[in-house]
Amino acid sequence: MPPLLEVSGLGKRFGGFVALEGIDLAIDTGERLGLIGPNGSGKSTLVNCLCGALHHDRGNIIFDGRAIDGLPAYQRTRLGLARSFQLPKPFRSLNLLDNLRIPLLYTVNARPGARLSDGAIGERCLALLDDVGLADKATRLPRDLTQVEMRKLELARAVASAPRLLFADETMAGLSPSEVEEILAVLVRLNEQGITIVLIEHIMRAVMSFSTRLVVLVAGQKIADGAPQEAIRNPEVDRAYLGE
Amino acid sequence: MAAAKFWVVSFAAAAAVLVLTRGLIANEYFFFAGYVVLQYIVLSTAWNILGGYTGYTNFGVGAFFAVGAYSSVVLHKLTSVPVPVMILVAGLISGILGFGMGYLTLRLKGVFFAIATLALAIVAQTLIVNWDYVGGSRGIYVIRPQQAPLYGSYIQYLYSLMLILAWVSVAIARTVERSRLGLGFNAIRDDEAAAEAGGVPTLRLKLISTSLSGALMGMSGAPLPYYVTYLDPTSSFNLSYAVNSVAMPLIGGMTSWVGPVIGAILLGTIQQLATVTISSALNLLIVGLLLIAFVIIAPNGIVGLVRARRRARLR
Amino acid sequence: MCPGGGHYGQGKLAHAAIACTGCPLIGMLSLDLAVNAVVAGLLLGGFYAAVTIGVTISFGMLDIVNIAHPAFIMLGSFVAYIVNSNFGVDPILIGVVMAPVFFLIGMAVYQIYFYAFEQRGEESIQGLAFFFGLLFVGEVTLILVFGVDYRFVEAPYIGPSLHFGVVDLPLRMLIPCLVSLLMLAVLQLFLGRTFIGRAILAVSQDRLALQLMAANPSRVKRIAFGVSIATASVAGALLIIIQPVEPSIGRDYIGRIFAICVLGGMTSFPGMLAGAMLIGIVESITATFYGPSWAPAVAFGFLLLTLAVRPAGILGR
Repeated sequence: MPPLLEVSGLGKRFGGFVALEGIDLAIDTGERLGLIGPNGSGKSTLVNCLCGALHHDRGNIIFDGRAIDGLPAYQRTRLGLARSFQLPKPFRSLNLLDNLRIPLLYTVNARPGARLSDGAIGERCLALLDDVGLADKATRLPRDLTQVEMRKLELARAVASAPRLLFADETMAGLSPSEVEEILAVLVRLNEQGITIVLIEHIMRAVMSFSTRLVVLVAGQKIADGAPQEAIRNPEVDRAYLGE
Repeated sequence: MAAAKFWVVSFAAAAAVLVLTRGLIANEYFFFAGYVVLQYIVLSTAWNILGGYTGYTNFGVGAFFAVGAYSSVVLHKLTSVPVPVMILVAGLISGILGFGMGYLTLRLKGVFFAIATLALAIVAQTLIVNWDYVGGSRGIYVIRPQQAPLYGSYIQYLYSLMLILAWVSVAIARTVERSRLGLGFNAIRDDEAAAEAGGVPTLRLKLISTSLSGALMGMSGAPLPYYVTYLDPTSSFNLSYAVNSVAMPLIGGMTSWVGPVIGAILLGTIQQLATVTISSALNLLIVGLLLIAFVIIAPNGIVGLVRARRRARLR
Repeated sequence: MCPGGGHYGQGKLAHAAIACTGCPLIGMLSLDLAVNAVVAGLLLGGFYAAVTIGVTISFGMLDIVNIAHPAFIMLGSFVAYIVNSNFGVDPILIGVVMAPVFFLIGMAVYQIYFYAFEQRGEESIQGLAFFFGLLFVGEVTLILVFGVDYRFVEAPYIGPSLHFGVVDLPLRMLIPCLVSLLMLAVLQLFLGRTFIGRAILAVSQDRLALQLMAANPSRVKRIAFGVSIATASVAGALLIIIQPVEPSIGRDYIGRIFAICVLGGMTSFPGMLAGAMLIGIVESITATFYGPSWAPAVAFGFLLLTLAVRPAGILGR
């Protein structure tokens, strides 16, 4: 089976600064991929380029057999590529239901095929909130949420677009161990439902337990790609994290 | 209010206002003043579609308004068409201008967008000032027809047209507000990147917003030449249109169609009274001070205050 | 409003001569005109830098959308007018002496802004509307107090010009240009060498880091904003030296100021100076050869072009 996402030779510069260089990556359906790397290594830039928030300078991206270079972000989401943001970006003036209504109206209902009725959308919003344990705050505004609840809303919103591939960008940063477990449980369940997940994280324990494959990025280049235990043992990874 | 109820009630209210005022009020001045207030209802409702719903602050209101007015001047010089047709033509031209503005400014956010709109207004004004066909900087005189269609004075006729236009613009605003389009606008306002990631075609929606907003603003300016009978760039591009279009929705409340209406009626009436009793410069000062006061104390406007009180009572 | 200083004195005579007689010496005179237009543009650009420096600080460095800056400049002009016409004091001196007062006004305005917006994390529309309201109230208040007549100041250097061959250097434009450059240099030193100045630079470069370190950025920002308004006192005095002013002139400057700020890359002083000179020259040439009624469109047209093509400015961030 061809990979769900195929990236070849991806490069991105900001002026003179090379953020990404020669990135090759293949992600298969159903995988749980961990993406790690020190700060500034280009992880977020990679996610931004793949999801369309940034234009890559070089290389190709093929998603589900289709070249998506140059497609604006909203079209990539409609094709099945979703992401959550590192710093949660909720729609502040809308309640939680409406926050989820947006991707449902503009992604799910924008795809060819049967459109959901207003009633069905309302039900699905509630169901999605329930999945992450936020159903009781459905009519509240994002400002009434705790940090971890905001992260869950962020995930729920990404999931609402019914994606094939989800980039979870540092969803667990700054959370307590039990909160990290909560989020991990959500991600595992999503994966079991059929969503391919790329987990970008710094919390090694979480990444190691979650991932079936690990990719390591350092200074804009991929230096390791394989089974988590092996990738970790790569001496270059050691050097990158601990210094020489 | 449910949709059907709104249409019936608002249409009935508008019709009632129209019939009663024209039937009962003899003082011509009422219609002069009323026209201005209604014009501001249209302007602030239009502004709010781009400003309050979509989150893009347009300071170039004068450009769209003046383009609407001057398109009527051109039509008036070329041929003779009824004012409703002029309104539609103005709407088309201003809508195109709005589309163009949206396209030029698509990468701009916040203050950059606002300044760019100001820039466009200045450019538009400079072009009109140098266009002799419509009088250039000297201005142009437009003769008001003697006979109004149906009965009553011509000013009463313009007043009636503006009332209808006000109702139409409010109806459009409310329809947008409650539709998928309106929700998309709100998403763009709250977080454009997240909206785009959520599947919202932000560029397309922004263009719709600028075009719709621009078209309505242009339509509000279309009857102006007949109203003032002397049109010149300085007065038609006047910054007071921009200040009012910002102040009225802000003071009334930017999140719903109700706010601009309240703001326009409140501020418009105050200004009309002040112009007569004090001076026109002073009444502009009042608008400016109210704008500042509300933006500091009640940023969600009157509608926001009412909603907050309701929420407080529920607890 | 005439941006091209070369219109007074010999330049104007030459221009009028061409217009009236269609003189066969047009070729030669045009070159003269062009040279003088460029020189006037450079001097004008130097002055524009004084006008823009405040916004470079408040918007470029502090991210505060102070579109009301022209209102403070007009205030500076009218203050210079009052003191000059009543006591005969030199306008530049007035501008400098009043700068501390403007500094305090700036700090007060920042306090209001901080309390109303930054603290509450309000939408940017409200912040914009606040300053827009301030701009408008400023202009209307000036109209109510001073009326719409043009006001001007008197000083010994308004009138005479230096001549270098074909080039006219009206002192009326030269002196403000020099004062402006001096002010720029002083501010550059202030930001680079003093403790407060470097704190301001730190705040502008990494607000988040400063906050995470539990340092209080708002105190620093208040001082910086005060400085930015203080520059308006001097800029206003320079403005009324260059040309007579009336309250609505401030509006022409909104576009210019932001055009220059963006062209110059937002935070860079040299960039801003380059942008100011560029706009000054283009405006001057446009006014000289196409008439002053096209000049306001120039800065704004430039701005639109820059924003469309290179949002990062000439000497980027």
